[in-house]
Amino acid sequence: MGKGRGGGKVNHSEIFAPRLLRLSSLSFKGDRLFLALTVAAASTVIVIMALLVIKIYEGAAPVFNRFGFGFLTGVDWNPVEGMEAYGALPYLLGTLTTSAIALIVGVPISLGVAIFLAEIAPSSIRAPLSYLIELLAAVPSVIYGLWGVFVFRFWVRDLIEASLSTYLGFIPIFSGTPYGLSILSGGLILAIMIIPTVSAVCKEVLLAVPNTQREAAYSLGATRWEAIRIGVLSYARAGIVGAIILGLGRAVGETMAVTMVIGNAVGQAALPTSLLKAGQTMASLIANEFNEANPVSLHPSALIGVGFILLILALIINVAAQLLIYHVRAKGVVE
Amino acid sequence: MWSETNYKIRKFKERLFLALTVVAVILAILPLLSILFEVVIRGLPAISIEFLTSPPGVIGQPGGGIANAIQGTFILIALSSLIGVPIGVLAGIYLAEFGNNPFGRVVRFLSDVLMQMPSIVIGIFVYVLVVLALGRFSPIAGAVALSIIMLPIVIKTTEESIRLVPNLLREGAVALGLRRWRVILSIVVPAAKSGVVTGVMLAVARIAGETAPLIMTVLGSQWFPTSLFEPIDALTLRIWRLALLPYEYAQQQAWGAALVLIAMVLTLNVVAKTLSKMGRKVKI
Repeated sequence: MGKGRGGGKVNHSEIFAPRLLRLSSLSFKGDRLFLALTVAAASTVIVIMALLVIKIYEGAAPVFNRFGFGFLTGVDWNPVEGMEAYGALPYLLGTLTTSAIALIVGVPISLGVAIFLAEIAPSSIRAPLSYLIELLAAVPSVIYGLWGVFVFRFWVRDLIEASLSTYLGFIPIFSGTPYGLSILSGGLILAIMIIPTVSAVCKEVLLAVPNTQREAAYSLGATRWEAIRIGVLSYARAGIVGAIILGLGRAVGETMAVTMVIGNAVGQAALPTSLLKAGQTMASLIANEFNEANPVSLHPSALIGVGFILLILALIINVAAQLLIYHVRAKGVVE
Repeated sequence: MWSETNYKIRKFKERLFLALTVVAVILAILPLLSILFEVVIRGLPAISIEFLTSPPGVIGQPGGGIANAIQGTFILIALSSLIGVPIGVLAGIYLAEFGNNPFGRVVRFLSDVLMQMPSIVIGIFVYVLVVLALGRFSPIAGAVALSIIMLPIVIKTTEESIRLVPNLLREGAVALGLRRWRVILSIVVPAAKSGVVTGVMLAVARIAGETAPLIMTVLGSQWFPTSLFEPIDALTLRIWRLALLPYEYAQQQAWGAALVLIAMVLTLNVVAKTLSKMGRKVKI
């Protein structure tokens, strides 16, 4: 990785450990003490990641022991003592469905924004516009949720769900009464929330594409769109995929906004059979039920178990995204 | 004439496509404008001296405010920064100055993974680690969770800004006979200060808006806290609880609290970004 860092911005100051500061040259007590302190601080990251997996698994162990693999494939959810049943499948599917909607809607918009900012916008509006979109990322999730419940929900109900159910209601996934608190609302609010992340990374990727790519396309007589499509987008493909996976990671773990608009169904009813139905994601289930769970029952453990599945899913997605971005960076496409 | 039509189709495609990117920008900006508009319009009427200075009243009756929630948010920010900032800055120094080795690469990789970890997962982790161990919800647990969220942000911004410090400064300082730790703490870190401060402010803005990890660590409360070992409230939790109540006044208060929170978070963001721009100009 060290070799690959560089690119335009850093140039002359591109230094890793300068020769003078090599570890082996630290012969003074104060220096060694300071080094030990920074190593200890850096180690906390490793300790946290290891403990994160171990502790959450420990917390979920009771429910895993009781239900085994059935916890992953079960659909019932009943915390009442004596009739306890915990199955995480509906919420896993809920998370996957809402995230899929988020990507289907959010990625084309993000790409459009990134292309506009990197390739089309004059520099006078590029900076303020990027700034506005960055602010979108700074808005707290719970405020998206508040806006979702009292404003966005009605947009979805009146503009999208009403026509879906009238004209396409005969298709099972569009059946149901438009209510605005649905899997579709959850997915759409996620789409809004991933746009800043995905478009910012895509913009960086596009800006890093060398100008020779564009010039070559123009010299062959390409129009602007053709130059972008052939010269820029295809060259930046790997980086764009990395950005999309990062967006997926964000969508999978997002909690508050989804919790407030998804309608919070539980058990069989939470299976995402129609987009217009109330649903539940893993994160929203945990947020909703955590404070109501009786601490001496299996209920908290079941919620922690759902958290464990979420953790594994997020780990897979994020490790994939990081590896891809490192790979792209090493190729020198992204700084 | 075949090529003429072909060219027209290509030109049309180009215009269509450019128009679509503009539509995408409008679609992306629209929610932000709507959120800011609604928060200000619906939140302003809720703001009053009583609202900002008293704790919540009896549920179901108008009156009361969010003072304990504001206080709770500040307590949480202070405690988390106390844990997260020193560790994050030291780890960032390690990565920038000594981190070109396998250990450094592992830390950098895990820090990037941790940065993207869902905050609710971190909340559950701290619930098992701290809340179950102490046997109670507390701002201590909340601060542990929020500092874990801060850590990778502070590490990354510290590492990046320290790397931008020209090597000449280090060489000059070493030539004058300074010890290495002195070089780093008195020459390199001050030169990178604006970047580090920006990173800390962005991290604070991020944790000020966190809700999910607080549900299972600080719980929320109706009163001013009397110690660090009992449940406390936070602005984000209060907004959530108020929004779920079926009363008109509660919803208005939720918007009022949202206005306070968004003003705080956006101010931090704007100041941090301006600061980093100024810092870049001043630097060589």
